[in-house]
Amino acid sequence: MAPEVLPKPRMRGLLARRLRNHMAVAFVLSLGVAALYKFRVADRRKKAYADFYRNYDVMKDFEEMRKAGIFQSVK
Amino acid sequence: MLPRAAWSLVLRKGGRGRRGMHSSEGTTRGGGKMSPYTNCYAQRYYPMPEEPFCTELNAEQQALKEKEKGSWTQLTHAEKVALYRLQFNETFAEMNRRSNEWKTVMGCVFFFIGFAALVIWWQRVYVFPPKPITLTDEWKAQQLQRMLDMKVNPVQGLASRWDYEKKQWKK
Repeated sequence: MAPEVLPKPRMRGLLARRLRNHMAVAFVLSLGVAALYKFRVADRRKKAYADFYRNYDVMKDFEEMRKAGIFQSVK
Repeated sequence: MLPRAAWSLVLRKGGRGRRGMHSSEGTTRGGGKMSPYTNCYAQRYYPMPEEPFCTELNAEQQALKEKEKGSWTQLTHAEKVALYRLQFNETFAEMNRRSNEWKTVMGCVFFFIGFAALVIWWQRVYVFPPKPITLTDEWKAQQLQRMLDMKVNPVQGLASRWDYEKKQWKK
């Protein structure tokens, strides 16, 4: 056969090893995506709403809209 | 002639996948290579066909087959390779080789997309009716002004990007 003898390849447990590796990667990736979403999307949105409504004056807002002329019931 | 040639082309690309088909095709088909090679040979999804690739053996090959019936340690490397080539058309490395077909495919795809774009451009100039009134620039500007007056999506959306003091988009 060939002049040098190759090492015997892994014959068993191939699927198990693949599943184990993919489990680890999937676990890490899903945790990472969830954390990224929580911080960059969810918390940011909650903060934006909190900041908007902290000093929100609804009557002032209404007056601006009324002056702009979009209402049919009040002019 | 033409349907038989097409059928043999399909078979050559496809290999034989089902049991119960007739076993000898080498002499009955008219289209492709005939004896001593079969038309259907091993594919990646059909790795162990019943029939060997080379069916009609000359004397030297038959002697080799007789030697194969003994102990395989007696066979030299060249003999083992010759036996493999009798049994199979290509090695796995050969049958799985890459090709440059993808370049042709992508080229044709882009070409036809470009042709379609030219056709649609011509249609836009000569075929399409005028835009509805709600899609004219004037109407769209008035629509946007009304949306800003209504303060649509003031937290994270449209009105949050508009600066109401300076009457311009926020930087």
